[in-house]
Amino acid sequence: MSAFQAAAGRGDANRLGLDPGWRDRQPLAEHAARGPVSKRIIVGYGFWIFLLSDIIMFSAFFATYAVLVGQTAGGPSGRELFDLRNTGLQTACLLLSSFACGLASVGAQAHRASWFYGAMAATFVLGAAFIGLEAREFAGLVARGAGPTRSAFLSAFFTLVGCHGLHVTAGLLWLLTMMAQVFAKGYRADILRRMLCFSLFWHALDIIWVAVFTMVYLMGVAT
Amino acid sequence: MLGKLTWAAIPFDQPIPLIAAALVGVVIIGVLAWVSLKGWIPYLWREWITSVDHKRIGIMYILLAMVMLLRGFTDAIMMRSQQALSLQSQGYLPPEHYDQIFSAHGTLMIFFVAMPFVIGLMNFVMPLQLGIRDVAFPTLNSVSLWLTATGALLVNISLVVGEFARTGWLPFPPLSEMTYSPGVGVDYYLWAIQISGVGTLLTGINFVTTVLKIHAPGMTYMRMPMFCWTTLASSLLIVAAFPILTATLAMLLLDRYLGFHFFTNEAGGNVMMFMNLIWAWGHPEVYILILPAFGIFSEVISTFSRKPLFNYRTMVIATMAICILSFTVWLHHFFTMGAGADVNAIFGIASMIIAVPTGVKVFNWLFTMYGGRVVYSSPMLWSLGFMVTFVIGGMTGVLLAMPPADFVLHNSLFLVAHFHNVIIGGVLFGAFAGYTYWFPKAFGFRLHEGLGKASFWCWVVGFYAAFMPLYVLGLMGMTRRMQHYDVPAWRPWLLIAAGGAAIILVGIILQIAQLVVSIRRRDALRDETGDPWNGRSLEWATSSPPPAFNFAVLPHVEGEEAYWGIKQRARQQAKLADEPNYAAIEMPRNSPTGFICAFFATFMGFALIWHIWWMVALAALGAYATFVVFAWRDRVEYLIPADVVARIDRANRSARGEVLARMQASP
Repeated sequence: MSAFQAAAGRGDANRLGLDPGWRDRQPLAEHAARGPVSKRIIVGYGFWIFLLSDIIMFSAFFATYAVLVGQTAGGPSGRELFDLRNTGLQTACLLLSSFACGLASVGAQAHRASWFYGAMAATFVLGAAFIGLEAREFAGLVARGAGPTRSAFLSAFFTLVGCHGLHVTAGLLWLLTMMAQVFAKGYRADILRRMLCFSLFWHALDIIWVAVFTMVYLMGVAT
Repeated sequence: MLGKLTWAAIPFDQPIPLIAAALVGVVIIGVLAWVSLKGWIPYLWREWITSVDHKRIGIMYILLAMVMLLRGFTDAIMMRSQQALSLQSQGYLPPEHYDQIFSAHGTLMIFFVAMPFVIGLMNFVMPLQLGIRDVAFPTLNSVSLWLTATGALLVNISLVVGEFARTGWLPFPPLSEMTYSPGVGVDYYLWAIQISGVGTLLTGINFVTTVLKIHAPGMTYMRMPMFCWTTLASSLLIVAAFPILTATLAMLLLDRYLGFHFFTNEAGGNVMMFMNLIWAWGHPEVYILILPAFGIFSEVISTFSRKPLFNYRTMVIATMAICILSFTVWLHHFFTMGAGADVNAIFGIASMIIAVPTGVKVFNWLFTMYGGRVVYSSPMLWSLGFMVTFVIGGMTGVLLAMPPADFVLHNSLFLVAHFHNVIIGGVLFGAFAGYTYWFPKAFGFRLHEGLGKASFWCWVVGFYAAFMPLYVLGLMGMTRRMQHYDVPAWRPWLLIAAGGAAIILVGIILQIAQLVVSIRRRDALRDETGDPWNGRSLEWATSSPPPAFNFAVLPHVEGEEAYWGIKQRARQQAKLADEPNYAAIEMPRNSPTGFICAFFATFMGFALIWHIWWMVALAALGAYATFVVFAWRDRVEYLIPADVVARIDRANRSARGEVLARMQASP
């Protein structure tokens, strides 16, 4: 019997496409031996996938911004508009809030109420300060006649930065809900899993902000 | 108070949509009245609407797809009959109505027929094949379903209240900008797709997590049935592509609602950026649809050839190669953009390369059949029809992938024929094969074979009659989306195409008849054992329909084709595997969260379309409140006691034992 005939099923039909020893040589994958994975891993994994999808959405806005950055339609460019002092302050607020959020996670793991609530409150204050600074920047731009309808560049700028701001705002609402929930229900396993997701979300917003800060503000002022 | 909404929004002067809507309204009210008179509403609420069971959610997805198929096909019949009539005349559909029909047809068929059909099948089958009890996030699954239903509802509301988009199934700017489309049609499109898009994205996340993280013991990646691999690939594409769609449509919304300048003609906006962004989603989208269909054919062909899938490993590699390559070809949708010869050449070559893994798959299916004892059941007929039709569609696709040819054929009926060739011949035939193949698993009885085969032949013959003439018309220079035309030479071909659509209509009627007849003769068509086709993967290892918990004990997988192995052992030892030790099973509790969420999303979408801002705020508040209430639940799961599990499983074991005994008696 030729190899072709063997492969095409002239031999034992139910072994088609497999050379006989293959199954034995197949190493047992690690997770095969264990039972189902824990809920914490499933939830964290799923949330990571969500964050990846969110980052892809941001990358669409980043790509759009890169295409439109020169399309000022005779209006102001980033060099004339951006105030790095304000943005620097925003960056400091957001990075510190991420640190506070990290402390809150540790506090939740340790079931330490003052630690958890204190750190969450600090996260909220710093996040709200970030949003306040961003709102001030946006209001100032609109007042100077450099609103999002002025040019394609400004449309892309407001959308990209505003989308991040919207995420932070949603995060603040989530943060308050999270605090209320811990207050009402205590450090239950499912609530700790949600806390894990919240802190992942908050840190991811930091990562995106680093890209915004670099690609929009620093590169905008440099060119 | 009601934003832009006035009585003028109801098209009293247009009889066709009004009569159609009245008919639909009568049917809906009739069904609701019937259901409430029979006292079934509490049952529907408890067992279906609030269900988080992946099997029920899958069935509801498929039901949605089938109802929307009827609506989308009605649009198709109207277009075919209009073009059959409108030589040097206006036909019976005025241009503004005709434009809405082709836009609604494409939108419905892709987003609310093809998508829910394949997502429904993945939902129903994938956890069963993996040998597990549910998807990773059951309540999220229900949210996805109902958000998809919200999108479908909004598209259909546009039939009566206001209008639908006239901009095609993808709203290309600048036509879709406020300047040129000031009505609510494009807004209906945008919000319907945004809301259902969120649902689809959540499904993608849910399925990726399920396939990669939750398996029965021993179910390694390289032992997963092919359909699970294609589910994984398709879900990865959803996660990677749908956020681009959301971002793109959000930009168009900002242009329309707040006067931004992403895609406008003035202030530096860039129309071609929309084309690039939308097709960076749009091309992966076609693979989101076709990959699960490939998985279905793999299962069906292997089962009905009575052989394992030929060269499983190359099938896996081909699937994942298509998954990656699908992101490298988007520019072939607009070679005429003028990107230059080098760019066009790169994307042309990439488009041709993607035919290679697809070819690998076709040969694998052929070699699976070769030397097998092929059973020509109706799922197998759909698969064979697919192989022939899809290869033709693939070849015209490779033709279109050549930029010089594409410059001639761009936007012609040749293109329309090509994508119907692959979507009907690929996705829809796959969906029908899967529907027939897994129907007994879902409901416990088979579909009537004779009517199924008759329907298949009508579909195949009708398809060729309806779409082969369009290739000819495309080569003769007829462009797509024409409300009327002046070339007498086109007429005969359009008449043949209309005849083809009529044959497909007969096929659809036969499918409805098949369902009705099968339900009435369900006792004769009963599947007692849960394994009506002599299947090879784990969904056939449990009863039909499966219990809520799917498997009394999670099966131990010891190789590829998990269930075939279990069956072989039972035959060799002339007895079933020993009765397991039954234990209580924890299952997720039902939740109305998805339904209530979609309720608010419907109002929010409607209010956004008509600029009713107070209603937007109210609906947003309602949706947030729903999430908080859900998050505050204390009891998330319920327990099925061990004796109930044992009773259910023993009934199925005894049915299987009888069959085994009969086989031993007459070998």
